[in-house]
Amino acid sequence: MEAAVETTRVERGTKASRIFVFVALPVLVALATMPWWSDSGNVRLVGEMAYYLALAQLWNLLAGYAGLVSVGQQAYVGLGGYALFYLTGPMNMNVYLAILLAGPFAGLMAIPISFAVFRLRGAYFAVGTWVVSEVVGLLASLFAVLGAGSGMSLTPAILRQISPDRDTRSMILYLGSLGISVFVFAVVYLLLRSRHGLALTAIRDSEPASASLGVNTFRTKFIVYLATAACTGLIGALIFLQKLRISPEAGFSINDWTVVVIFMVVIGGIGTLEGPFIGMLIFIVLRELLADYGSIYLMLLGAIAIVVMLKAPFGIWGWIIQRYDLQLFPVGRRLVLTPPAQPTQK
Amino acid sequence: MDWINILIQGGLLGGFYALFAIGLSMSFGIMRLVNIAHGDLIVLAAYVGLVVTERTGLDPFLSMILVAPIMFALGYVLQRGLLNQTLTGGLLPPLLVTFGISIIIQNGLLEVFGAYDHRLEEGAIETASLHLPGGLSIGVFPLVVFAVAVLSIASLQLLFYRTRLGRAFRAVSDDADTAELMGIDNRKLYAYALGIAMVFTAIAGVLFGIRTIFAPSAGPIRLILAFEAVIIGGLGNMWGTLIGGIVLGLAQAIGAALDPNWQILAGHLAFLAILIVRPNGLFPRTRD
Amino acid sequence: MTLLQTRKLSAFYGDFQALFDIEVSVDQGETIAVIGANGAGKTTFLRAVSGALPSARDAVLFDGEPIGDKSAHEIVHLGIAMVPEGRRLFPSLSVEENLLLGTHSDRTGPWTLKRVYDLFPRIYELRHLPSTALSGGQQQMTAVGRALMSNPRLLLCDELSLGLAPVVIRDIYACLGMIVAEGTTVVIVEQDINRALDASSRFYCFQEGHLALTAPTTGFDRASITAAYFGL
Repeated sequence: MEAAVETTRVERGTKASRIFVFVALPVLVALATMPWWSDSGNVRLVGEMAYYLALAQLWNLLAGYAGLVSVGQQAYVGLGGYALFYLTGPMNMNVYLAILLAGPFAGLMAIPISFAVFRLRGAYFAVGTWVVSEVVGLLASLFAVLGAGSGMSLTPAILRQISPDRDTRSMILYLGSLGISVFVFAVVYLLLRSRHGLALTAIRDSEPASASLGVNTFRTKFIVYLATAACTGLIGALIFLQKLRISPEAGFSINDWTVVVIFMVVIGGIGTLEGPFIGMLIFIVLRELLADYGSIYLMLLGAIAIVVMLKAPFGIWGWIIQRYDLQLFPVGRRLVLTPPAQPTQK
Repeated sequence: MDWINILIQGGLLGGFYALFAIGLSMSFGIMRLVNIAHGDLIVLAAYVGLVVTERTGLDPFLSMILVAPIMFALGYVLQRGLLNQTLTGGLLPPLLVTFGISIIIQNGLLEVFGAYDHRLEEGAIETASLHLPGGLSIGVFPLVVFAVAVLSIASLQLLFYRTRLGRAFRAVSDDADTAELMGIDNRKLYAYALGIAMVFTAIAGVLFGIRTIFAPSAGPIRLILAFEAVIIGGLGNMWGTLIGGIVLGLAQAIGAALDPNWQILAGHLAFLAILIVRPNGLFPRTRD
Repeated sequence: MTLLQTRKLSAFYGDFQALFDIEVSVDQGETIAVIGANGAGKTTFLRAVSGALPSARDAVLFDGEPIGDKSAHEIVHLGIAMVPEGRRLFPSLSVEENLLLGTHSDRTGPWTLKRVYDLFPRIYELRHLPSTALSGGQQQMTAVGRALMSNPRLLLCDELSLGLAPVVIRDIYACLGMIVAEGTTVVIVEQDINRALDASSRFYCFQEGHLALTAPTTGFDRASITAAYFGL
């Protein structure tokens, strides 16, 4: 009789992840065709969810993986928004081109900013990023060409560049929001599956240990910081393209673009790709359910975030993983033990 | 002569920022707590002062007699019930929990008091000023605020260096585990620390409410100013916090003299410049 | 009368078990030594007794009362004081302030500032200096004095000799004799076997978290101790 040999192999997918792909694709198709089968209110809401999801994925990449607990991402939302308004308005640039440039512009601005804030650690880094975004917002309010304190508006002519027809326009904007969300998810997912991803996971688990193993933590963090800044800028451009108006206060709002996003990530599960989805859904559901009660939903969101942080620090998704060993978006590698082949029965 | 006036105003403004910063400096220094809700707690204290003056008819200055113990109790309960649980496990738990508290306070105030501006009316002292020879003029109220800041820090220094409680604060700040081995109940001590920090926050909040109009959204910028003062001065150094506040006030006054729109910006830029050159501030004492 | 007793005491650092079913018993007024190689679990044992490391409620009995689930600061109030490994003085406190910190146990007894200065006359002269300005031996004296200021019934000493010159070690152990004479029960943890055995009446030898050997120190064959020590 042959000796039964146990073999191992490295696997990246999980059963859940393979099933999930079959569920996710139809859902994505359904969402993409939503303007044709749903009313405009729902379409707008889903578009908004897509933005928030993208912002949450980015903050999660930054804080959950790279250990960069920034509370100043609103700087890049505002920069992206202002880039769009400035380029299309005073510079007369085509709106599509301006959107494409908004991301790289925010990424470019992140270089000098990172020189300043990367000298800081921990709490100092967090506060430093916040102050930087205040500075950027104050600078925006100083320039008359940017509308100073009152901000800027998009003219109808610019909107007509997107599409002369109103319905087509809102469809394009909706698809844009869906597109950016998928794009950001793909960037984060591919980054985490790349060599940098392994480094990032190592940094997340222990920065000193990964540095001592030869991970260039600074370069990895720098790349992540620039990439998130650029993506956040692009999202900012799209958000304010829909809002039609931007002001320093709205563009650089810490509560709107960073605090609620942090809450989403923490509630859903920081350091996981699935967490931001759950956190975003909870945020939207709370907000819609309590729409008639002013800002109660924000207080509730804050309270939930506090409870989750204290009772289940890895969030709702972390709690689920612990109980059921689920992984929908496998970025890691798993060692699979294949049981020895059984002698075939007759 | 104008510039001397500007520098005096800036220095006095710095006393105000130092007053904002005392509570933060204490909780940062003793328990390394990054209290994001600090600015909102200052604003909350101003609202408590508002309610107290309206209900009792007390003068705003005197309202502190009630506001301070209320804030002490709030600080004690907050630390015991919530924040003590965040002290192990890195930066994120305290940051997130205090962000949560911040959002709850901001929106709670919004629900109760509305988005309108309020103010504590103190009367003539608000606009009174001393005229010195040479055309110098110093506002009485800023002078009072500055004196309160200096007295507050001096009394905290006495507490830290002359009392048993203060000795325990310093020991816990040095090495919390060993302090526990000496019979100190760290969790209770931290609760006292935040309680005492909140007393100074109460004083800062009431004076803030007298000096300027306030609304529920006024917290975050107070937090940033307080942080800047603490970090410029160096962690764990109370007199450093005063100097940090003065540096900030001077930078703002100079910026404002060049262009009124540059006031806050100039303060931020001075802060960032100092932080980049000396990441631990000018006079660090506590080791991180 | 038994002052300290451990029953099947186990201790963990996360998933790692550092102590296995340790049975130790110390009589009132006795001095015992815990010896063992690096990583044998000696410091872990002291941490478990002092409450710095949680253990099962009934695993540690002090004066007959279960204290295994009590926190470190509560245990100090009951009368167990620790001289931690590496002294662990508070750097921003003066020497005298370090000593005064011992009074947070709220216990009264023979030890006062004056008595501690009588015991260590040299640190009296240095009392207003920051504790960081002291030599290693002076720091160790301050650490012992700080523990005494809590008027403990049981004094736990972790590696008193660590990093000190032989002459300084001799001085400190001489003082330990006077502390014992006050009626204080002492547990010493030492890597220096001879020093530990000379100062104690019984010893426990730990090896990889297990109790390997226990016996009176007098008249015991040092070769068998060495064998237990190294697990030969």
